[in-house]
Amino acid sequence: MNIHEYQAKSIFHDSGIKVVKGIHCLTVEDALNAYEELESKVVAVKSQIHAGGRGKGNLYNPESGELVMEGGVKIAFSKEEVREYSTAIIGNRLVTKQTGKEGKIVNNLYIETGCKIEHEYYLALLVDRENKSVLVMASTEGGMDIEEVAENNPEAIHKIWADPLNGLSREDSMSLAAALGLSDKSQEELASMLDSLYAMFTERDCSMIEINPLVKSESGEMIALDGKVGFDDSADFRHPWRNELRDFSEEEDVEIRAHEYGLSYVKLEGNIGCLVNGAGLAMASMDVIKLYGGEPANFLDIGGGATRESITAAFEIILEDKNVEGILVNIFGGIIQCDMVARSVIQASAEIGLAVPLVVRFSGTNHVKGKEVLDQSNLNVHTTNTLAEGAEKIVSLTRGDA
Amino acid sequence: MSIWINEESKILIQGITGNQGTFHGTMMVEYRTNVVGGVTPGKGGQKIKLSEKEVPVFNTMSEAIENTNADVSVIYVPARFAAAAIIEAANSFQQNGGGLIVCITEGIPILDMVNAVANIEKCPDVRLIGPNCPGIITPGDQGGCKVGIMPGFIHAKGKIGIVSKSGTLTYEAVAQTMSVDEGQSTCVGIGGDPVNGTGFIDCLDAFEKDPQTEAIVMIGEIGGSAEEEAAEWAAKNMSKPIVGFVAGSTAPPGKRMGHAGAIISGGKGTAEEKFAAFEKAGIYVARDPSEIGNVLLKALKEHNLR
Repeated sequence: MNIHEYQAKSIFHDSGIKVVKGIHCLTVEDALNAYEELESKVVAVKSQIHAGGRGKGNLYNPESGELVMEGGVKIAFSKEEVREYSTAIIGNRLVTKQTGKEGKIVNNLYIETGCKIEHEYYLALLVDRENKSVLVMASTEGGMDIEEVAENNPEAIHKIWADPLNGLSREDSMSLAAALGLSDKSQEELASMLDSLYAMFTERDCSMIEINPLVKSESGEMIALDGKVGFDDSADFRHPWRNELRDFSEEEDVEIRAHEYGLSYVKLEGNIGCLVNGAGLAMASMDVIKLYGGEPANFLDIGGGATRESITAAFEIILEDKNVEGILVNIFGGIIQCDMVARSVIQASAEIGLAVPLVVRFSGTNHVKGKEVLDQSNLNVHTTNTLAEGAEKIVSLTRGDA
Repeated sequence: MSIWINEESKILIQGITGNQGTFHGTMMVEYRTNVVGGVTPGKGGQKIKLSEKEVPVFNTMSEAIENTNADVSVIYVPARFAAAAIIEAANSFQQNGGGLIVCITEGIPILDMVNAVANIEKCPDVRLIGPNCPGIITPGDQGGCKVGIMPGFIHAKGKIGIVSKSGTLTYEAVAQTMSVDEGQSTCVGIGGDPVNGTGFIDCLDAFEKDPQTEAIVMIGEIGGSAEEEAAEWAAKNMSKPIVGFVAGSTAPPGKRMGHAGAIISGGKGTAEEKFAAFEKAGIYVARDPSEIGNVLLKALKEHNLR
């Protein structure tokens, strides 16, 4: 789960990480009041969406598609400019390089006090899967995409790792600060900030904290001028407070519904729907469809605890996608029994009124019985023994050459 | 021989009285796995029936190991308690001559795993497989040693080692070996989580040293760089042929594909990079998992093993 910048900064503030004063707004009116309240001549007017690249994104009218404003983050020098920018942002569609071309409607705005910047840095904490510990990564190239820096100027990136049992060492933090070219006071400030960030990361089960830019102010203070925070969903059970931060408009409705049924679903661009047990096999099924010249419409893992209800829901979700012209069911029965899946497929097809070709491949637990159940039904279904045969069949059926 | 478990291994089940523990414990016993007991805190002293066999329940792992001489433990406890169960098992085995921990549980918080793995590293005689995996199986002449949730009946004793990040795709690989009349020495599911215990290289190393194993099937998936590292290591250290497949060629970047670790981030961890690393290392590549059997047969023949 990801959160907005204004929410991240509120957590930063609570965790002892320096931020500048800002106010979360929902309307232009709010924004004007915020400007008065902040008593700062210069403010930043910032679109709040979960995707990055907001500053360089463009705002479009969601109905007409007309360009409304270039840049989703603006510096305003007067109340009039705050009005102008917030009017251009709220309710419009922000397209950045991370949103895809459909963009995101901006419902939230953050008005923040201006800050005199001496230098911008990049700072991030994440779990390093190879080293199996929390990695702190920093660069002198603030405001830039870290991937670009890694590509073009890798020596500008400096890394330290926390000890899983003892945390970050002060020595490592100070050497990281020195590597960034910080002076005495700012070095100490950064080291303390890292302690606070590491505590926040572990106490709140973050999956990522990214501050880009982290700035050194003219007075040498280290301030988080942006904040991107992701949480490890597996730890939701110990953080009930997360519910209040969740912005459902930022999440794919269908992926949330799938999750409620214990399904794992990702929509893709193709025309062949897939229903598979197991994440690896689900990916492999997509790959094989592609190998046989088709395009998968989705990733869908029904999980080890699938039931008739969840399989029916899976069919409904697949068929909501209007691009779907055929479905491949690929089950390798382990805990899941193929005959249960067969009966669920028959029931779901009847309930939904399945109108596209269906190919089913069963292997493993009760596969013979599963095939019998399908053969004895009135369902128009093709059964195959291997994944390759199944993929080949559904590709040819959707092309109409069967 | 086989790797890490055999028909003599003595198995404990952590979470034995829970639904999952009892269900899979029963399936393990039906496969003739030597289950010697289990642990559920607060239920020590009870007996539990798994198929035709009755085994004792203990409150702690130390107690269970001391009473049964077990050397393997399989964990079926819920995600929120799983890391503590791993650490308890690790400490108890370390004090009692070592052991193997197999954690099946899915959805363990990643920082819990960072902590658990750091604890395991302090226990040199303990190995962790998983979490979020189907487990490990060594087929025998009749049944065998099945420590996990895989369907036992698809396996047969043989000479192929299998290592995989995925559950059902492992079963697919097993079926592929069977399609060319090859059985398995040991099959290991290392799991799809970003932070786990045993990795590909540990498994390859063990298979290389195992006299029963003649060839290896290695199944990877998108995300991280474990496949690339394993390929590089294999090029220098493996004499036995390896057949490789990587799931997720069609996965879009930035999207988690079911497994917590299966994500292409910042353009890294793609299937293409991994296939390329396999090819560079001389690993026999199957682009279609339905071809694993044929590619395996070709590899065996080219190495004069068939």
